[in-house]
Amino acid sequence: MTAVPMSAYLTLAAFLFAIGAAGVLIKRNPIVIFMCIELMLNAVNLTFLTFALHQPSLQAQVAGHVFVLFVIGVAAAEVAVGLGIIVVIFRLRETIDVESVNLLRE
Amino acid sequence: MAERLFFFLCAFVAISTAVGVVASRNPVRSALLLVLNFFCLAMLYFTLTAQFVGIIQIIVYAGAIMVLFLFVIMLLNLGSPEAQMRERELRRPLAWLLAIGLFLVLVSQVFVVVGGQSQPRVEAGTARVIGYAMFTQWSFPLLIVAVLLTVGVIGSILLARRRSA
Repeated sequence: MTAVPMSAYLTLAAFLFAIGAAGVLIKRNPIVIFMCIELMLNAVNLTFLTFALHQPSLQAQVAGHVFVLFVIGVAAAEVAVGLGIIVVIFRLRETIDVESVNLLRE
Repeated sequence: MAERLFFFLCAFVAISTAVGVVASRNPVRSALLLVLNFFCLAMLYFTLTAQFVGIIQIIVYAGAIMVLFLFVIMLLNLGSPEAQMRERELRRPLAWLLAIGLFLVLVSQVFVVVGGQSQPRVEAGTARVIGYAMFTQWSFPLLIVAVLLTVGVIGSILLARRRSA
C-alpha cells in the first residue's frame, strides 16, 4: 500500500490540468498552446493511473493502464497533425500568432 | 516516509515546471521545462506501480514528441528574440480566473470520490499483463489507434509537403 493518499495525486492532477487550461487561454504561440494541451493530457493520465491503482479487480486495474497508453497514442497523432498545420500556416502567413489567424472571424 | 518525501519532491518539481511552461516567453525554454515535467510525472507513475506506462512516458513523450516540438520550433526559427511574443499575454485576468475556478471545481470533487480502498496489485503495471490485455480484450481499440496514427502521419506529410510539382 502506498504511503501517499490518493487525494494527493488527484489534487496534483487537478492543479496540472488547471495550469494547462490557463496556458491554452493565455498563450498566443500555438506551439506553446500544444504543449499546454499535452500538460492537460498528462494530468488526466495521472488521474487514470491513480484510480487504476484502487480498482478491486486486476482486469479493471489493467484497463486503466491500457487507457493511458491509448491516450498517449492519440496525443502523438494529434501532435503530428497539429505541427503540420502550424508549419503550413507559417508558410502562408509568415507568422503563427493565433490572433493574426482570424480569417473566419471577419 | 521516504515515499511521501519522494512524492512531494516530484510534485513540487512537476508543478514548478508546469508553471514555467506557461510563464516562459521563450518556446524552447517551455519545451525543455515540459520534458522535465514529463520526467517527474513518469517518476510518479512508477510510485503508482505503473512501470510500463512510466517507461513509455519517458520514451514516447520525453523522447519522441518533445523532439518533434523542438524540431518545429527550430524549423520556424521561433527561438530568436525578435520572434518571441509580446509582453501582455500573462495579463489576462479572465483566463486566470477561469483556471482557478476550474481548479477549485476539480478539487471539490477529489475528496468526494475518494471512498473505500482496495488492495492494489503490483503486477497490473507490467508489460506482460498490459500486453496480454491489449491484444485480447482491447485488440479492436488497439487497431483503431494504429489506423489513427497511420492516417495522422500520412495526413501531416501531405499537409507539410511543398506544392511545387
